[in-house]
Amino acid sequence: MTEHESAKPGCKEKAAKLFSIARSGAKLDLAAIREKLSKATGPTYWRSLEELAEEPGFDEVMHREFPRLASEWPEGCSRRDFLRLAGASLALAGLAGCTKQPLEPIVPYVVQPERIVLGRPLYFATAFPVSGIARPIIVKSMEGRPIKVEGNPQHGASLGAADAHSQASVLGLYDPDRSQTISYNGSVRPWEMLQATIRAALAQQQASGGAGLRFLTETVTSPTLASQIAAVLKQFPNAKWHQYEPVNRDNVKTGAQIAFGQVVDTIYHLDKADVILSLEADFFSPAGLPGFARYARDFTSRRKMQPGVAMNRLYVVETAPSLTGAKADHRLPEISRTSIAHFIAAQLGVSWERASDGSVARASDFLQASEQPTFWPAVLEDLKQHRGASLVAVGDQQDAEVHALAHAINQALGNVGQTVTYVDPVEANPVDQTASLKDLVTDIDAGKVQVLAIIGGNPAYNAPVDIGFADKLSKAGLTIHLGMYDDETSALCQWHVPEAHPLETWSDARAYDGTISIIQPLIAPLFHGRSAHEFMAAFSQQPEQSSYDIVRGYWRSQFKGKPEDFETTWRKWLHDGFVADSGSKPRAVTVHPLKLPKPERGGHGTEIVFRPDPSVYDGRWANNGWLQELPKPLTKLTWDNAVLVSPGLAQDLRLATGNVVEIESRGHKLRGPVLVAPGHAVNSITLGMGYGRTRGGSNGSKRGYDAFQVRTSDAPWSASGVKITRVGKDYQLARTQNHQIIANETAIGETIKRAPVREATLAEFIANPRFAQEMKEEPARDETLYPPYEYKEYKWGMSIDLNSCVGCNACLVACQAENNIPVVGKDQVRRERHMNWIRLDAYNEGDLANPRTIFQPVPCMQCENAPCELVCPVGATVHSSEGLNDMVYNRCVGTRYCSNNCPYKVRRFNFLLFSDWDTPSLKLLHNPDVTVRSRGVMEKCTYCIQRITRARIDSEKEQRKIRDQEVQTACQQACPAEAIVFGDLNDKNSKVARLQAGPRNYGLLAELNTRPRTTYLAAVRNPNPELEKKG
Amino acid sequence: MKRAPVFGLLAEFDSPTDLLLAARKAYAEGYRRLDAYSPFPIEEVSEAIGHHHSRVPLVVLVGGLLGGIGGFLMQYWISAVNYPINVGGRPLNSWPAFIVVTFEMTILGAALFAVFGMLALNRLPMPYHPVFNVERFAFASKDRFFLCILAADPRFDRTLTEQFLQSLGPKQVSEVPH
Amino acid sequence: MAEDPTVEVPRTGKAPVLAPGHTFATVTDKISAIVLSRRTTLGWVMGFGVGLLLTMVLLGAVSYLLVKGVGIWGINMPIAWGFAIVNFVWWIGIGHAGTLISAILLLLNQPWRNSINRFAEAMTLFAVMCAGMFPLLHLGRPWLAYWLFPYPNTMQVWPQFRSPLVWDVFAVSTYFTVSLLFWFVGLIPDLGTLRDRAHTRFARGAYGFLAMGWRGSARHWKNYESAYLLLAGLATPLVVSVHTVVSFDFAISVVPGWHTTIFPPYFVAGAIYSGFAMVLVIAIPIRKFYSLGDMITMRHLENSAKIMLVTGLIVAYGYLVEGFMAWYRSDEFDFFMLKNRMLGPYAPLYWLLIFCNIVAPQVLWSRRVRQSVGALFTVSIIVLIGMWLERFIIVVTSLHRDYLTSSWGMYYPTKWDWFTYVGTIGFFVMAMYLFVRFLPMISIFEMRTLLPEAEVEAEAK
Repeated sequence: MTEHESAKPGCKEKAAKLFSIARSGAKLDLAAIREKLSKATGPTYWRSLEELAEEPGFDEVMHREFPRLASEWPEGCSRRDFLRLAGASLALAGLAGCTKQPLEPIVPYVVQPERIVLGRPLYFATAFPVSGIARPIIVKSMEGRPIKVEGNPQHGASLGAADAHSQASVLGLYDPDRSQTISYNGSVRPWEMLQATIRAALAQQQASGGAGLRFLTETVTSPTLASQIAAVLKQFPNAKWHQYEPVNRDNVKTGAQIAFGQVVDTIYHLDKADVILSLEADFFSPAGLPGFARYARDFTSRRKMQPGVAMNRLYVVETAPSLTGAKADHRLPEISRTSIAHFIAAQLGVSWERASDGSVARASDFLQASEQPTFWPAVLEDLKQHRGASLVAVGDQQDAEVHALAHAINQALGNVGQTVTYVDPVEANPVDQTASLKDLVTDIDAGKVQVLAIIGGNPAYNAPVDIGFADKLSKAGLTIHLGMYDDETSALCQWHVPEAHPLETWSDARAYDGTISIIQPLIAPLFHGRSAHEFMAAFSQQPEQSSYDIVRGYWRSQFKGKPEDFETTWRKWLHDGFVADSGSKPRAVTVHPLKLPKPERGGHGTEIVFRPDPSVYDGRWANNGWLQELPKPLTKLTWDNAVLVSPGLAQDLRLATGNVVEIESRGHKLRGPVLVAPGHAVNSITLGMGYGRTRGGSNGSKRGYDAFQVRTSDAPWSASGVKITRVGKDYQLARTQNHQIIANETAIGETIKRAPVREATLAEFIANPRFAQEMKEEPARDETLYPPYEYKEYKWGMSIDLNSCVGCNACLVACQAENNIPVVGKDQVRRERHMNWIRLDAYNEGDLANPRTIFQPVPCMQCENAPCELVCPVGATVHSSEGLNDMVYNRCVGTRYCSNNCPYKVRRFNFLLFSDWDTPSLKLLHNPDVTVRSRGVMEKCTYCIQRITRARIDSEKEQRKIRDQEVQTACQQACPAEAIVFGDLNDKNSKVARLQAGPRNYGLLAELNTRPRTTYLAAVRNPNPELEKKG
Repeated sequence: MKRAPVFGLLAEFDSPTDLLLAARKAYAEGYRRLDAYSPFPIEEVSEAIGHHHSRVPLVVLVGGLLGGIGGFLMQYWISAVNYPINVGGRPLNSWPAFIVVTFEMTILGAALFAVFGMLALNRLPMPYHPVFNVERFAFASKDRFFLCILAADPRFDRTLTEQFLQSLGPKQVSEVPH
Repeated sequence: MAEDPTVEVPRTGKAPVLAPGHTFATVTDKISAIVLSRRTTLGWVMGFGVGLLLTMVLLGAVSYLLVKGVGIWGINMPIAWGFAIVNFVWWIGIGHAGTLISAILLLLNQPWRNSINRFAEAMTLFAVMCAGMFPLLHLGRPWLAYWLFPYPNTMQVWPQFRSPLVWDVFAVSTYFTVSLLFWFVGLIPDLGTLRDRAHTRFARGAYGFLAMGWRGSARHWKNYESAYLLLAGLATPLVVSVHTVVSFDFAISVVPGWHTTIFPPYFVAGAIYSGFAMVLVIAIPIRKFYSLGDMITMRHLENSAKIMLVTGLIVAYGYLVEGFMAWYRSDEFDFFMLKNRMLGPYAPLYWLLIFCNIVAPQVLWSRRVRQSVGALFTVSIIVLIGMWLERFIIVVTSLHRDYLTSSWGMYYPTKWDWFTYVGTIGFFVMAMYLFVRFLPMISIFEMRTLLPEAEVEAEAK
């Protein structure tokens, strides 16, 4: 019984039992189904339960059996598990074949698909849309299984970088918790039945012109989807299209409205900016500004300390510590409603008036730097001195008026067209989403809504609490939810339709700069999900259209050139992964006299701010183990969210990390654990979104607290006057870097002495470029009794630039995907057994109230005198002829001595059986080039030896040496800042050799004479002398 | 050579001194194939019956040398000849690191040779031995001391030897049957 | 604990090694009677029962370990070694006293050793067995432990002889083998005695088989003596080497707090220290319950106490030098390690260790304490705890805060750690009970030599 082999133990017997009961109990039995499957060919081969549900009696089998057995379910084997098991196994009956190519012709990035060579990957360019914004990616596919996401080097929004989210999407694709059947009030239904229901409903709507018809989507940039919706709205003029998602850009749009009277998108050009002031603009974090990857690349291009490239300077004013704040030369923690923008604007002669009271220019109030006597004027001076080469960037969470002022400031500084440009909005239909959702709810309340189609998103979970969307939802007549998971929203809708994963379907989307990417499927829908296009089609004239026909049809209609050229152009688009120069058109806009809205009278006292979680974002990836276990860059927290509190406030309220507090804001309450965050603005606390899910899957449910419980529509990003009271007993947070080094004085002291990270100011660097090497004494190479080994052919090495690393975690996920690194779960993380091969160490320096943070990615140093090798009793870790510190898994007996003797503690041990050997769908995810480690063996960074080997084979076939940059480690490839460079040290012209010859190069703990092959480039700050003086 | 009807004659004494004197007399009398039994080692007695040097030390030396040299060669062969590989940048023949095992092997070899050599030289284990046929011999492992003249001795004569033994003033003399 | 009447402790001068009034016969009978004729007392059954019970706990813990993996213990990154190694070093250390007493004191011609060497050696064997379990069990994949031995195989892969762990394998297995041989050789004559004394056919058969036909022939004694002496000579450097090698497990590494040259001598001293403590912990009850006060006299207890005092001081010196070196080398890592031991999260344990190993044993300077059985027993227990703590401090505090502050961590043992540890103690107790029940716990033939009548009279010379 194949499906049972794939079952997870515990469920196994149950499943077997059920199947057998089904066999005995029903007219139709599973044997018959399997028979049906085995006979089936082509598309039906991939159908899952609902397809079979057409069989009379199947439903009966499924459903009659459950109640009777309900009592017998074992721990951890819920009804959903069974459905999942049955669904997955039936689906996988075919998956095993490993030829899950979609039916339509898709175009490979490098190699022709008909030339599939087993063991050789194919690469396809596509995009991963997040909040509608396309993140350009190239997906590595092995025998038809997408196993790794990489960046698209040719796409301006990526330049080869891939962020943590899109890389983790492959895990999301194979997630066994994804919903797998169309269901009506919880019972399995065929697609045709839903179509019929929709047709009937539309027929009723015909008369009223669709007055009762509503569509609720997330942010839409897809031209195809937009046109589909438009078509339906044309047919039903009175129907309405609403958009909502919690992490929206309403303030940006309103800000643009105030400044320009129209909605435009703002694009920054950080490579052109000498002086940057960021007001909560987190342009390095994947959860920050769209275009973060490009911004990181542009910013760090000015920090490589290359001759001729002047170093830029970054000021950050922010509430919660962020990646951008960590890179700042000067950082000012302030409550979110800072007035520095007003001050600078006023100083630059910008005037404004309040919409409320006609009173003129309050600018005058800001002529004195009332709040920050030193900081504000210094920044102002600096900006002034760099007119045209300065930039004021504002984060999405800042009030609209700050955006407006920033536009005015940038214009006053002559930055427009230089460091900042304005373009047509990327969104197909930019609306104020909070308002849009409010309207919808009002209509539902008024009973105006008979048909509500929720396309993606999870509003029942993440809508503002005061709107009460979840409660009202039942009032809408027919409710249909299209979603990847059977989540909070689908629970409240009558119909649930499993949504296809972006890697499973055809679609299109725009990148942050408007560039269009055609999204092509890497694999046919695993759990037979429907794409938004197919779903919308059900409301159109041709309900059976496939995504492929829809998307391709749309673009054919848009195609300007000769029809016969379309095919070639289309292929090129797919091949490149984007439509050449399809970026948004620049708009020439000038700032109107500013009419600022009435200031929100929030009252005073402690302020609460909401931020999307750096890992699980707004909760959409709550079930993604990789992201859950990904240490949040600054707090190193995993598997939970916490209430970030500044050390100052913590002291006042006598709070410590782990204490549980009750937070009351505007009459709404929640309870969550405190985490003391150095550098947090004193009088405010930060809540992270995306946790406290009730139906978030086996990984996502019941973790942390639900910040949306206190998030109201009038104060979506920050609210004043919040009450904090300590309650209950402490909560265990799982953090990968023990708080010692983040908050403990001894540790900070030791860190400074040991200088793992080395840093100087620009002035110091110019005075003495080799400062880093002089901080510690490295023993000379010839100081040895032993004859040194020679590495004749290749001599692999790595260089990591601390000045470039922005701490975005991309490398961690890249490594995890490339090397089949298991997820260990919260409890094991708490026991300090997390498995990431790269540790992203974050070191704080200076005052806890506002420390400087330096990130240091620590992979294996591949020491030439490896201490770990010396002590291994069985020679399970030895040196290769190319100087790699090889780890021989199947020779390892697990003494763990190597780890004890590793000064860098980069080795990871399988204390238990961490790898998932059971879940069938996850087996497809594994990289076939890398061993899946079992219990009791040590593992560690290998410099992606499988990639080196592949390159060696290719080069030997062509009888040449491996070219520089022909081998890129997974971490290097993903890095948006090009901080990691890997290559052959024997080749003196290789990038890495040149970097290691450079002045900033130093070896971590090299004083121990370990001779690390991985070395670091010291960081250099560029502080404003003015502020340095005043300290 | 025809086998003597008896194994020998056994004289019993109750102090180590008596045994020693008796043994000396017997040896002086010209008896060579004789043995003494005592519940604890008595240096002088074995001397007295002409057992002067033990060959055990030689055996032990051989064992030690075998163990030591073998031990080092094994490590050298394994690390430098049979499976040479770069371990932590150390030379293939890291002889200082090999000393410990060499030492342990020396001890092990010596100890094994010492014990089994001793047993071999003593012809042990020996499941059967005639002296046990004598009832009283059980006291040889408690508080009695015995002198035994073997029938195999050329000067052995059933009656004369018995008279001789009686003359040594033993508690009693008994015949040791095969 | 009340004094045994048969032992008179003179106000002045040393207590005798063997109380007067004994003859070959009495010595023989008294010791062999314990094995042969004495009825199995309820006390023995209960004591054995406790040992057996704890051994079952051990088996349970081990089974679960094999099913789940070492993850059931408290170890983690960075503290990849925990209780397993702590207990291993502790047990091995305890073993050392046995060999020391039987071998070194024999060479030093200390006749008083004769009455305690037998069970001291037994103790060594059982302790080494307990110790040996841990390196096996602490492996991630215990079933592959045999890969540490050099055996020819098709893959042509061999152990890596630069690793102290391989040295350990050789040292410990050699140590066990030699101790076993030494102990058994010592037993042969007594097995002969038991054979001749045994009442039941089975006992006679069993002991006879083991005695291998030993008949106390003068020629045999000659070879026997020289072999025994040579074994002692071999065991002496061996016992020193074993704990030296164990200390290499740490000293060879780069971990601050491990990488020290003082380790070998101070480990050996520590081993003997804890070993003698264990000897007293065993000897005191035995001489009480089997009323052997006349054979294990105050002299033995006092001498053991003196040795403890000496080795204890050497250990104290070890701590001192460690501290001095950390300061003198002015190596920031070493210095911090020391600071962290004294003031860090594990400081209480460190100071408890100082008390147990250095402060408390100083009472042994007083003769009155050395002659109070109760006091000796207490001090010994304290020392045993102290030596266990020492190994804990060495293993854990060195690892938990080493080079990179980013990878600092904490170690907390789980219940499984405790079960395994307590389990081995149970096994040890059980084994000791079996030993005293079935084998002569005091070397009979060597006791005989202690009697005056064993001397050959002068005129015979």
